[in-house]
Amino acid sequence: MNEEIKTQSLVSQEEPQEQGRAMLEVEHLTKKFGDLLVLDDISEKIEQGEKVAIIGPSGSGKSTFLRCLNVLEDPTSGAVYFEGANLCDLKVDINLQRRRMGMVFQQFNLFNNMNVLKNITLAPVHVGLQDLKKVKRKNFFTKVGNVFRAKGKKKELLPITTSAKEIKEAAKENAMRLLGRIGLADKANVYPSTLSGGQRQRIAIVRALAMNPKVMLFDEPTSALDPEMVGEVLALIKELADDGMTMVIVTHEMGFAREVATRVLFMDGGKIQEQGPPEQIFGNPKNDRLKDFLSKVL
Amino acid sequence: MGHKLEVFFKYLITYGGYKNVITGLRNTLIIAVAGLIIGIIIGAIVAAVKVAGSRNKVAKAISVVGDAYTGLFRGTPIIVQLLIFHYVIFRAIQIDSLLEAVIVFGLNSGAYVAEIMRGGILSVDIGQMEAGRTVGLSYTTTMLKIVIPQAIKNVVPTLGNELIALTKDTSVAGYVATMDLNAAFTAIAGATYDFIVPYLFLALVYLVLVILMTVIIRFVERRMRKSERRN
Repeated sequence: MNEEIKTQSLVSQEEPQEQGRAMLEVEHLTKKFGDLLVLDDISEKIEQGEKVAIIGPSGSGKSTFLRCLNVLEDPTSGAVYFEGANLCDLKVDINLQRRRMGMVFQQFNLFNNMNVLKNITLAPVHVGLQDLKKVKRKNFFTKVGNVFRAKGKKKELLPITTSAKEIKEAAKENAMRLLGRIGLADKANVYPSTLSGGQRQRIAIVRALAMNPKVMLFDEPTSALDPEMVGEVLALIKELADDGMTMVIVTHEMGFAREVATRVLFMDGGKIQEQGPPEQIFGNPKNDRLKDFLSKVL
Repeated sequence: MGHKLEVFFKYLITYGGYKNVITGLRNTLIIAVAGLIIGIIIGAIVAAVKVAGSRNKVAKAISVVGDAYTGLFRGTPIIVQLLIFHYVIFRAIQIDSLLEAVIVFGLNSGAYVAEIMRGGILSVDIGQMEAGRTVGLSYTTTMLKIVIPQAIKNVVPTLGNELIALTKDTSVAGYVATMDLNAAFTAIAGATYDFIVPYLFLALVYLVLVILMTVIIRFVERRMRKSERRN
């Protein structure tokens, strides 16, 4: 019995799930940079399928909050649970969890030393090969063990259903499919520096999607773009939202937040000052600072 | 002067002095290029560890070792290092003097390259590391596949500088009985009792060598910048 649980957890590589938790859950999250308090004891839940927009003035901590969600920024105290796994726990393999959380940056951050296709396939291929290697290594030890085991008690080998070549081809195929969907299939072999900002950002989104994430985090995805390119990126994000992707978006595009979000969080001074459905936040704000903020940006 | 030139060429060609010069040229190039390659490997590792130094205790401990290494090899002259390796460290084991020079020059240049590479790694935008981490790659994988390749590209001009410096530094390899360019021409000078012509020629050979290297480095640099050029 005990052994069975052990092998199961090794195969699936999943952390034990705690019951009754939302997809993303933040508990008493506090972040300080030196003496500067950026996030002040935030607790929040994000359910599967939600599209949460975070708005607020500069320096309100919204980007830091987003970056704490996948522990790119280590919280000073508090906990972040993603599908039940505490990301702040050093025993949890953060790389494993991050595979299922896509992130898109303001500055795109495409890998400059790789062409577009390699940008997209790098992580899926690397992760696939790593898993394959793990299974092979495990099988090797089982085989060695089997030599010493009695006839009836020999352990079964884990099935290997794929090969390195297949992993690479599948990743390439998937990347080309995604590129085709955003109409950039002809750019597969060029380097990021030859692309426009809008194209780069759409490729950055596709790069995150190639890992089949459960949730997408957007950190001001359109703030570094020329006005005429904002539309194409927002259209892609909206398309994703319509496909049912769970997402958290830090944005200054109020119109977009209003249209796409199912819930809007207004942050100021390291706290979530007010939250609710977009109609309420934009139509009938209660918090004074939110009213002030909206009067300036709308 | 004409007479001296005559003697020099006569010794060089008729008496077989060119053999030493060719061996010397070969050894000088081997020491410089192999030294730089070893240096880049050591330097990249030391630099990566130093950059990672603040992350955890193990990395910190290794980074202290890295600091000691760069301090030691940058703080003493290469001649002294060669002599210590020759007379102290490799005293018990017979080792080819060329290999010995390659090792010492490799270790020496590793100390310089480590600092060059560290600067190169720090010059790569932090966003590249963050992007690598967010798609689920480990720190080490991101470093090896994304940051260090870009860092190397950034430091090619400086590494070229290092190669040129290394090439000229090899002129002291003769101290431990390696036949390098300097030793070859010194041998000619000793045999012909004339120091003017051989050493002027020695300078000329180094000069040509360095000019050739400069051209090659330019070429490599341009090739590596390919990903940054717009179509």
